[in-house]
Amino acid sequence: MSKPNPTDRLYSRDHEWVKDNGDGTAIIGITDHAQEMLTDIVFVELPEIGKKVAKSDPVAAVESVKSVSDVYAPVGGEIIDVNKKLEESPELINQDAFGEGWIVKMRLADAGELKTLLSAADYEQLVKEEKH
Amino acid sequence: MKKTPLYEKHIAQKAKIIDFGGWAMPVQYTNVIDEHKATRGAAGLFDICHMGEIEVEGPQALDLLQLVLTRNLADQTIGQVKLSALLNEEGGIIDDLTVYKLDENSYMLVTNATPKDRDWQWINLIWRSKGFDCSLKDISDTMGKLDLQGPRSEEILQRLTEANLKTLRFYHFCESQVVGFPAIISRSGYTGEDGFEIYAAGNIIGNIWDKLMIAGAQSGLKPAGLGARDTLRLEAGMMLNGQDMTESVSPLEVPYSWIVDANKEFVGKTALMARKNSGIGNKLVGIEMTGRGIARHGYKVFHHLREIGIVTSGTFSPTLNKAIGLAFVDMAYSAPDTEITVAIRNTMTEAKIVKLPFYKREK
Repeated sequence: MSKPNPTDRLYSRDHEWVKDNGDGTAIIGITDHAQEMLTDIVFVELPEIGKKVAKSDPVAAVESVKSVSDVYAPVGGEIIDVNKKLEESPELINQDAFGEGWIVKMRLADAGELKTLLSAADYEQLVKEEKH
Repeated sequence: MKKTPLYEKHIAQKAKIIDFGGWAMPVQYTNVIDEHKATRGAAGLFDICHMGEIEVEGPQALDLLQLVLTRNLADQTIGQVKLSALLNEEGGIIDDLTVYKLDENSYMLVTNATPKDRDWQWINLIWRSKGFDCSLKDISDTMGKLDLQGPRSEEILQRLTEANLKTLRFYHFCESQVVGFPAIISRSGYTGEDGFEIYAAGNIIGNIWDKLMIAGAQSGLKPAGLGARDTLRLEAGMMLNGQDMTESVSPLEVPYSWIVDANKEFVGKTALMARKNSGIGNKLVGIEMTGRGIARHGYKVFHHLREIGIVTSGTFSPTLNKAIGLAFVDMAYSAPDTEITVAIRNTMTEAKIVKLPFYKREK
């Protein structure tokens, strides 16, 4: 069973989470449900710091033994930090998707885009629907 | 999708099911790495009921097989297994299959799942055109198959059979029983480990599966899916039909020259020899990523800026803890230690050509 989705953040339909720091920046990762679907994460491709991405652009790639999945930017902005620990320990995403397994930190281009994201409750509903 | 007799067991185990060539097969029960490591360290049990089996019987059974297969089977003994290739007229590989000599004039061919119907039609066509005195029977639907693989396979299976497994040599089989049911026990597999391929009737194969799981619990046996089967075979440098080789590829371009016996006639030989004489342009080689990233099927391979080939299989190797793969490359760049790059999404990532296999078990 997936861990509960924290209510202190927002979610995309592509299974990313966004934690708004309230200072124009946000932390982004993938959900526990996403890591469960991927299993066995063995490689994470991180973007360069300073890269600018639009909402829905691929921002990172997460690979399991069997497959590659793009991580899409849930909101547009500039990459200001990446989780370097994932280079050595990609399994941090499996172990703690909502914490130690964060992927990038962004400076938001338009905080208004946060309004397009889902609440934890709405995201849970989406996951339930996908299972059927 | 077609289902094997074990399908309901996979669902009960909460396995993740995928479509493999029209078959609903378990890709993993827990996760690929755990199942892979269980197989290398103890034992893994695989549902392989999707593979095909064809019986060939009669006074001219051997004559037919000699003509349709690349390997010389004249010296095959009863109880021996031989890997061989089935070619088309152009010398391309339709299937790589194993030949079981059950008795004089009696054989079983074990085919890959996806090309089985193609094999069946092609062999029948040749049989009819030559009028060989033998019969062909597709027994795939009634025959079940389990692969028990890993260093503790022998001790597990020995608890359930009267056959003396100690004396059963690699690539040999015996017709015996497992938990009282008639079965063919073959010391062979597709993982690079010691282990057995067990053939028994489809309607009782679930019974054997259950008894093996119970008998193997104390030895660390785990059910393993096609995901682990793929990483295991790739570490062992074994090819996957339909992925590393297709009908446009001949045995001379992949590490299969050794199963071609040019001293006899077989279908596709003329074209194969013509290919050999005109020079082989590409070769299937092992690659290892030296830069960060995992090569995957279909990624392009470069030498400096020149495109020299394509990745056919690529994965993360749980045993070696690095990314490995197989690639078709221009012969001129196929020597071990040649530095190459693989285009992974938008990045050129360093890799090198290495000798196969990536992994060899200690004997």
